[in-house]
Amino acid sequence: MSDEPIVQMAGITKDFTGVRALESVDFTLRPGEIHAIMGENGAGKSTLIKVLTGVHAPDAGRILLDGEPVRFHSPGQAQAAGISTVYQEVNLTDNLSVAENLFAGREPRLGPFINFRAMRRKASALLDQIGIDLNVAAPLSSYSIAMQQLVAIARAVDFEAKVLILDEPTSSLDRDEVEVLMRVMRKLAGDGVAMVFISHFLDQVYEVCDRMTVLRNGKLVGDWDTDALPENELIGHMLGREVETLEAIEHRPDRWPPGDAAPLVSAEGLGRRGSIAPFDLDVREGEVVGLAGLLGSGRTETARLIAGADRHDSGSLSLDGSKLRGHNPRTAAARGIGFCPENRKTEGLVPDLSVAENIVLAMQAARGWARTIPPARRDKLVAEFIAKLDIRPADPHLPVKNLSGGNQQKVLLARWMLLQPRLLILDEPTRGIDVGAKADIQRLVNELSDDGMAVMFISAELDEVTRLSDRIAVLRDREMIDILGAESEMTTERIVDTIVAKGGEQ
Amino acid sequence: MSTTTLTERSDRSTLFDGLGRYIPIAATIGLLIAMYAGGLANYSNFDNPQLIADLFIGNAALLIIAVGMTFVILSGGIDLSVGSMMAFSTMALAWMTVELGLPAEIAVPVVLVFGTGSGMFTGAVIHYFKVQPFIATLAGLFLYRGLTLQISDRDVSIREIEFFSWGMDRVEFGNVREGGFSLPHISFIAFAVVIIAFIVLHYTRFGRSVYAVGGSEQSALLMGLPTARTKVGVYAVSGFCAALGGVVAAYATRSANPLAGVGLELDAIAAVVIGGTLLTGGSGFVLGTVAGVMVMGMISTIIAFQGNLNSWWARIAVGVLLLAFILLQRFLGRSGEKRKT
Repeated sequence: MSDEPIVQMAGITKDFTGVRALESVDFTLRPGEIHAIMGENGAGKSTLIKVLTGVHAPDAGRILLDGEPVRFHSPGQAQAAGISTVYQEVNLTDNLSVAENLFAGREPRLGPFINFRAMRRKASALLDQIGIDLNVAAPLSSYSIAMQQLVAIARAVDFEAKVLILDEPTSSLDRDEVEVLMRVMRKLAGDGVAMVFISHFLDQVYEVCDRMTVLRNGKLVGDWDTDALPENELIGHMLGREVETLEAIEHRPDRWPPGDAAPLVSAEGLGRRGSIAPFDLDVREGEVVGLAGLLGSGRTETARLIAGADRHDSGSLSLDGSKLRGHNPRTAAARGIGFCPENRKTEGLVPDLSVAENIVLAMQAARGWARTIPPARRDKLVAEFIAKLDIRPADPHLPVKNLSGGNQQKVLLARWMLLQPRLLILDEPTRGIDVGAKADIQRLVNELSDDGMAVMFISAELDEVTRLSDRIAVLRDREMIDILGAESEMTTERIVDTIVAKGGEQ
Repeated sequence: MSTTTLTERSDRSTLFDGLGRYIPIAATIGLLIAMYAGGLANYSNFDNPQLIADLFIGNAALLIIAVGMTFVILSGGIDLSVGSMMAFSTMALAWMTVELGLPAEIAVPVVLVFGTGSGMFTGAVIHYFKVQPFIATLAGLFLYRGLTLQISDRDVSIREIEFFSWGMDRVEFGNVREGGFSLPHISFIAFAVVIIAFIVLHYTRFGRSVYAVGGSEQSALLMGLPTARTKVGVYAVSGFCAALGGVVAAYATRSANPLAGVGLELDAIAAVVIGGTLLTGGSGFVLGTVAGVMVMGMISTIIAFQGNLNSWWARIAVGVLLLAFILLQRFLGRSGEKRKT
């Protein structure tokens, strides 16, 4: 491994309309090294990659490739300079053959005609070089996503890539396929290719990476050799332990000791293959149940099963002790289960409709389209919720897309509160919003549960989860590994220890 | 390593994978054979080879236009302007030769160049302004029909022009009375178009780019393929084929009818789809389109032999077939998706 860096990024800053995605981040990559970029959702990993590959132009900072300053304006330019990217979504055309995908646009030719024989021979040789054996004449679609990804890597390698960026390549692969991918990665590293590896599977990162750079909230936390950074420290760096002083929202003592009240919603062996392993979980009236775990650990998947957004294929879900059949978002809403999804822009709000229209959307749906809400009643309800949630600006006619993230989240909350659900599931309600709005939402969760509503609360920020929750379900690798309930267990350290300990066992 | 196996994949051979794309075309050819066998069993004289040959006479223009349409549909687009473009080309030929007195040797290339150029323009509008192909070519459908009627709203005869007698001159294969058959020159033009299209689609970079763009335009772009050139190119090919269809129509009828080819674009699309090309692009064969045109011709032939059915039954049959083939494609597509997850 040479010590002369191939890529040096220094002081990279990038703003997206008011939101600072990256703040003065440094990143160094050496030839032959496999380097992980770690961080939770929204930490700035993808933005950093996109700046490097020319998708985004940085607002400040410089990039040196082989010691020369570079500025890419498109992924094509970066690729020409030797920086190739393999995405989670395979960017190949699976209706063409493997060989054609490898050589698309630069096929060997005889006169004007493609020389298929030479192309197949070269394709086999290329795949052989990275150590995989495929029928290169078969259409790409006949191979698994893992093989398609390896083909994409082979293509990048043949472009004489000096830097190869692997963005979540393993998220849809099984164990054997991951093994093959890692073998190829090590082989390429041996050949001197520098690789950036992004994955939320920590064990894979530890298995294959030499170094890691950790980002949090768009800032560089630091970079370490893999050997020098134990897993619990890494998780600590990723999640951040410094507790923001969010006004006086303290964790409340258990008002509902476990087993005290009959559960409102009860999951028994509830699971979905490929999504979340079967789990048991009760949620009682007036209880806040937090879901904690790293990105990709199955938090959202758990919520989606309970909300009926995904169909479970094992176990059962009961409401008030009676089993639910035909559970889907519509019946869930009718039964009093509200779900605010993680991605409020694409799954929750209608950006071009006004604040008022977005607020009454679910209520209108519940009434059926034939029975419109009388305008006077609508205005009164909307005004009430805008005041109650402190939505700013307090203009019911403003399109929701013009509001800040925090206020959009409040609009989404108002929508569900209007229906007065018995269980409200909040998936990352505080992500990407400012501290003030965060405090508002946290206070609101407390108020709702005081009024007897059951709440499931998902957040990447552990201190937020511990502060709000009565009990915390801890997830890792798409499995619910523990449910913490005792007062003494409600600490971020305890959650991190639980996640790490479970990882060590396996 | 604690990553559990999230998905279970059965081991599968690669031998039969990829053969799935031949299923629609196999179904079309099977249907064609079944229809022919049914005709042989039910009607006397159905075994006359001229019957098959006739499929390529009446449908020569349709075949040429459907080949152009195959390029467009393979790339994931659609071209609704071809019927109007064909009528316009025929009318423009008649106008240039009869009214202006230009020699046909000049008028024909002019029409072909115009058709190609107009296709390129449409393709550029679609690509650079990100206009839906449906709308962009719908504009062409109205525009060229209007221009045709502007030149003449009634038939213009080109019987006087010597040049156009060549097209229907026949080449005999064996003695027609003793089991032989004959084909006019226009059928050979159509065959040539099919062969050239086949070679271009399968053995040139342009052809493979058409498939790639139809498979995934985003991926094709990221793979560094010239998507702009490809998309403009397919509409140019389609425009050329439509204009050539107009020339063939001039040969066949020796007159220009301003209302010729109304709805022909839809026949062409039907032939392409029945021929097994996926409407979403990326999968299909130009030889399938030939089979599709033959199926449509065969339906009309059988209805003519039956005698007591009126010709609208051909439409009904085509409608039913289209539905069946689209459902077949959907079914195959879905099973393909399942395999991948």
